Amino acid sequence: MKLFSFILLTILSLPSFAKDDTVNIYSFRQAFLIEPILQQFTEQTGIKTKVVFAEKGLIERIKREGRYSPADVVLTSNFSKLLQLTDENLTQAFNDAAVNANIPAHFRDDNGHWVALTKRIRNIYAAKDRVAAPFELNYEDLAQAKFKGKICTRSGKHPYNLGLVASMIAHHGQAETKAWLLAVKNNLARKPQGNDRAQVKAISEGLCDVSLGNSYYFGKMLTDPAQKAWADAVHIVYPNQQNRGAHVNVSGAAIAKHAPNKQNAIKLIAFLASEQAQQAYSLLNFEYPVNPQVKPAPMVASWGEFKEDTLPLTQVAKNRPAALKLIDEVKFDL
Amino acid sequence: MSSFSQTNMPQQTGKPFIASLFIGLKQLKHLHISTFFIALLFATPLLSIAVEALAPNSETFAHIKQTVLADYIVNTCILALGVSALVICIGVPLAWLIAVCDFRFKRFFQWALVLPLAMPAYIVAYTYTDLLDYAGPIQVALRDWFGWQSASDYYFFDIRSLTGAIIVLALVLYPYVYLMVRAGFLEQQANLTHVARTLGYSPLRSFFKISIPVARNAIIASTALVLMESIADFATVKYFAVSTLTTAVYDTWLSYYDLAAAAKLSLIMVLGIFVLLYLERIQNGQKQTHNDAKLSAQKLTYQLTKKQSILAIGYCCLILTISFIIPLYILSDYAIDYFSQAWNADLFEITLNSLIIAGLSAAIAIVAALTLNFSLRVKPIKLHKTSLKLASSGYAIPGTVMAIGVLIPLAFLDNQINALADSLSLSPPGLVLSGSFIAIVLAHSIRFIAIANKGIEASYAKISPSLDMVAKSMGQPNRKVFSKVHLPLIRKSVLVAGLLIFVESMKELPAALLLRPFDFQTLPTHVFQYASTEQLEIAALGAIIIVIVGLVPLIIINRSIEQH
Repeated sequence: MKLFSFILLTILSLPSFAKDDTVNIYSFRQAFLIEPILQQFTEQTGIKTKVVFAEKGLIERIKREGRYSPADVVLTSNFSKLLQLTDENLTQAFNDAAVNANIPAHFRDDNGHWVALTKRIRNIYAAKDRVAAPFELNYEDLAQAKFKGKICTRSGKHPYNLGLVASMIAHHGQAETKAWLLAVKNNLARKPQGNDRAQVKAISEGLCDVSLGNSYYFGKMLTDPAQKAWADAVHIVYPNQQNRGAHVNVSGAAIAKHAPNKQNAIKLIAFLASEQAQQAYSLLNFEYPVNPQVKPAPMVASWGEFKEDTLPLTQVAKNRPAALKLIDEVKFDL
Repeated sequence: MSSFSQTNMPQQTGKPFIASLFIGLKQLKHLHISTFFIALLFATPLLSIAVEALAPNSETFAHIKQTVLADYIVNTCILALGVSALVICIGVPLAWLIAVCDFRFKRFFQWALVLPLAMPAYIVAYTYTDLLDYAGPIQVALRDWFGWQSASDYYFFDIRSLTGAIIVLALVLYPYVYLMVRAGFLEQQANLTHVARTLGYSPLRSFFKISIPVARNAIIASTALVLMESIADFATVKYFAVSTLTTAVYDTWLSYYDLAAAAKLSLIMVLGIFVLLYLERIQNGQKQTHNDAKLSAQKLTYQLTKKQSILAIGYCCLILTISFIIPLYILSDYAIDYFSQAWNADLFEITLNSLIIAGLSAAIAIVAALTLNFSLRVKPIKLHKTSLKLASSGYAIPGTVMAIGVLIPLAFLDNQINALADSLSLSPPGLVLSGSFIAIVLAHSIRFIAIANKGIEASYAKISPSLDMVAKSMGQPNRKVFSKVHLPLIRKSVLVAGLLIFVESMKELPAALLLRPFDFQTLPTHVFQYASTEQLEIAALGAIIIVIVGLVPLIIINRSIEQH
């Protein structure tokens, strides 16, 4: 009992997570991707950043940690995670004039629970030497017989593909989307595997002719000496330019419901929405800024102007569960 | 008859440093209570998951059942059976060659063949994908040679497949079979080789007619470990895009957002494992033998002929090369080329983190396993039997599910502690349990305690109950029976189990990934972070450190088996 009381006392005398000079970040994005931007934030404000990165399970962790969770800011790599956080009542509203000025209203939650920070496009990558009229491709075309055995993609259940399928449901309805999915599955050159970059690599190796992949990977491959040859073998295609436009997803941020350092959390999000950080996102990670005052980095801009699908992200999120079910129904990954 | 203990009674009794580990055991009147609490602690993740599974039925489970579950189950069975068959094919002949035969370089192979255990399966998967890929050196050479233009011009084995996963898992898991079966052979060797010689059996005939049947329990026990490990694997099958039940658990939880349905699936897996363990126990029960007599000190081995030796050396070389040397070579190549990019001061701290976690996990698991086994020995009642079984359930739970199973109770406790602080108007301390590395340590010791339970249980089975009776009749209390009689006899298997848990814990990824505190990395999370973004070249240095740190304990394990 003595030992127990001793442990308890020691625990109780430990310093708490609420500190004036810190902001705690739970991140779904790789820590080293955002590190340089966080450094700039610390230099400017003197507020230190602490990061936990995990691709899986972070939401459950926040939920279980409850009201004593140290999380201040949650950074997500796609929209559905933002929505899941708010749906599970794990976030709180915030209102900051600087954030509102820098991020257009349609990239912010109506109730002030989240903001989008960057945009990314779900592109088609097409082999330079083997695909006719690549820039006229639509997502729908991937179901055509001419692509039999020529398509590569990562798992259908990856959030990026789920978002695309959900948008297909929003535009075409479930039955048509299921038929499309089945046709795409039958056109696959190999079982869905690897990440978006691995598909472009496969195109460069002649395993397939077209793949699905996010826009920023193109920049990452072009600037990586070992991967440049993969990117050089493909065109980055913005699909559906003659009709509704290319599918857009966003990364974003929310403030945790029990954030011990809410003011610092707001400062961080305001910084991430500022021109400086938005430029850095585009320059370092090749993403599209949501801040309209910021132009994409030169390399990103060099991929050309394009038309975006204006379907509201909430519509995409609404169809996500149905998309997931369809993917299992057609056994897309098996 | 399995496992790696010695049967001779050593002159020196219990070493002080080991004995000091078990201060808790001194109060043996509380044995009952401590057993109960340890079993409870170690079964907590399973219980938490069971509670989750009780949530009302959702349609997710039904949907998965209707669509993909059958495929997942089939894949899981093929994977588990395939890996089991392959580890037996690789491990048993190796164990026999090293234990029973004499040939050149045997002493080298004897320890070298254990080394693949230090390789995390997912790292072997990365390296072989790199090697056998379209852009890898082998296919490039083949294309140059035959003038093929593209992938459609020829067939090449696809490592990213169910077969690939079976091979990779078997390559890193066979040492379990090799170690345990070799120990089995060594124990029977002297007596049985006599028998074989008397009967005039050739080496090969004695292998099938005598060695295999007698080492059967060791084969079954080690294969059971491998089976559980391959069912729980996630990183390798994920990388190879093979959908198994673990995939189903992850999908249900992280894509369908349905923890309850995921918990149900996990429970099905754990139940399956319990059935397997039960079958194994029946097997063991039939063949229980206590070694009362001392083995003859004489060492008898078959001297292989020149031809046989070449075959034996060739086989050992083949296995060692593909399971260890090739992956290590690929990693070293990258580590040297990209050293300046991969090396930084953090790596030292990261290594230290991993060492501390692995050390603590092993210590906790060992103390707990000893307590559980000892109580069962002293009082073989149902409660103690069930405790032991429950406490071993962690091995079958995939790492991420285990992480959640640990997180749920710890976060709950943390909330109670903080609420208490609030009510005493102290400043709440934050998440001292769930938000600290203690959570990772707990997850690892719970996941791997099965290794210790198996080893210690098997050693205990070989101590004749008459020894306990003698000690008791001399008026020795339980405490003395444990420290003066049992501990010296099972010391070796305790050491081996502790080191194995240390090595496993060094390699374990998912619990650390989910449970780690702020800015906290272990070697596996460090490696994973780069490897998952296709930057194996930067991950290589960390991977090599994992392997090197694992080598030392493995060599000690090997020695302790040999000192017979």
